[in-house]
Amino acid sequence: MILRIKDLRKIYHTKQNEILAVDNFSFDLKEGEFVAIVGPSGCGKSTILSILCGLEKASAGTIKTEDGISFGYMLQGDNLFEWQTIFKNCLLGLELKGKVSEKDKEYVKKLLKTYGLEEFMNAYPSNLSGGMRQRVALIRTLATRPDLLLLDEPFSALDYQSRLAVSDDVYKIIKSEKKSAIMVTHDISEAISMADRVIVLSQRPCTIKSIYEIKLTDKSTPINNRKAKEFAKYYDMIWKDIDYHV
Amino acid sequence: MFSLEHKLYLKNIRKRKFLIRMMQILIITLLIVIWQLAANFGLINTFIYSSPKEIVITIIDLYNDGSLFYHIWVTLYEVIVSFVIGTIIGILVATLLWRFEFLAKVLDPYLTVLNSLPKVSLGPIIIIIAGAGTGSIILMALFISVIITIINVHQSFINTDLNKIKLLKSFKASQSQIFFKLVLPSNYNNIISTFKVNLGLVFIGVIMGEFLVSKAGVGYLIMYGSQIFNLDLVMTGIIILAIMASIMYYLILFIEKKLSK
Repeated sequence: MILRIKDLRKIYHTKQNEILAVDNFSFDLKEGEFVAIVGPSGCGKSTILSILCGLEKASAGTIKTEDGISFGYMLQGDNLFEWQTIFKNCLLGLELKGKVSEKDKEYVKKLLKTYGLEEFMNAYPSNLSGGMRQRVALIRTLATRPDLLLLDEPFSALDYQSRLAVSDDVYKIIKSEKKSAIMVTHDISEAISMADRVIVLSQRPCTIKSIYEIKLTDKSTPINNRKAKEFAKYYDMIWKDIDYHV
Repeated sequence: MFSLEHKLYLKNIRKRKFLIRMMQILIITLLIVIWQLAANFGLINTFIYSSPKEIVITIIDLYNDGSLFYHIWVTLYEVIVSFVIGTIIGILVATLLWRFEFLAKVLDPYLTVLNSLPKVSLGPIIIIIAGAGTGSIILMALFISVIITIINVHQSFINTDLNKIKLLKSFKASQSQIFFKLVLPSNYNNIISTFKVNLGLVFIGVIMGEFLVSKAGVGYLIMYGSQIFNLDLVMTGIIILAIMASIMYYLILFIEKKLSK
């Protein structure tokens, strides 16, 4: 187990009111596993990632990690710094942690090369397409060599076509770098096509409603996975589980 | 290369630009000519309204007795000193307010009141504090420019993209890292435009200060001219100020262009 969450609870306070956002949230993450969290919008999915990453404090519950595990957080939108080159953007996390060694620089260069961005190293973000920017954002996260990636609706800013292509890219990168990942999304098909397990959350307060092991025949890349014959069945079950009210 | 239509399009743009420039020159020329003619034919009282010719003569006189550039330099010096000090204080205080939100909340009403207070009313106090000299003039310019600099810069600092701050925090960045890596560079353009506003305000403050207390400077020329009822001198002072202001404006525009490249 790389991560063990037990009875996580989060209460938000406003002047008028207190809101129980997350309650009774427990689950374990295996090394190398890709878990997707889906749920109705505004239920507090992102809160869980913020707490894991240390941006917010939990009201109760415990989070245990294996010793020396580090997190890499990828937010909605790429948040690239327009005034810096792609290479500088990728080094951001390393710079904040202290000195950037030659070895780190080589590693980032290798990542950029592997994922087809080498020729844009000295370009500025405004010259890149949405999909490329998203890949840069992922490399920026990977540069600090995190063991566990937290993806918060990473593709929601993209149009549908690039969304499919980029989720394929990102999936391949995460798998080839052998990272574990937790991804929050509201897109059910994205969750099924990428994840080993899908956790469905309830309406607020957000608790775990059910967990699906995704077992697809010929499981490969997200785009291919969408063609698997079990795909529609999972989609149907999860859709009913989420229980959308318009 | 280009199609005929495109060439025509470019030609029209150039033509329009040229026409606008011609009109601008025409207006100022007409103004000067009409003013001079009205003076020549006695339609206006030149004792009060002066005339372009008199203004030119006054400028030449000032130049000949060596005081023209002296007065301009005194005013310019006061503007530069107040601008530099005002900008530095403004950005420093805005940084403190950004860093310590509690302080910002506490000081908010004071800043608002100070901002809307007519700063000229502080004149007598400034003279008592800083004496009848350059110190008072710079202090007056600072009072006028600093408060609004603080408010503007602080406002743009706290409007920094929250998602980017979150990103930096997820990398465990410290507050000072957030400031130097994100807040300052992302507000670069806002700070430059604050410079522009600031320069204008400092200019106002310096002339106001020179009206209150001074022995030299363009503001002093105007004040002195009005006291001895030499309206030629007053008009000359105003014209010199207009020229100085436009030079400074284009200078800032030029620097801005250079920096944003």
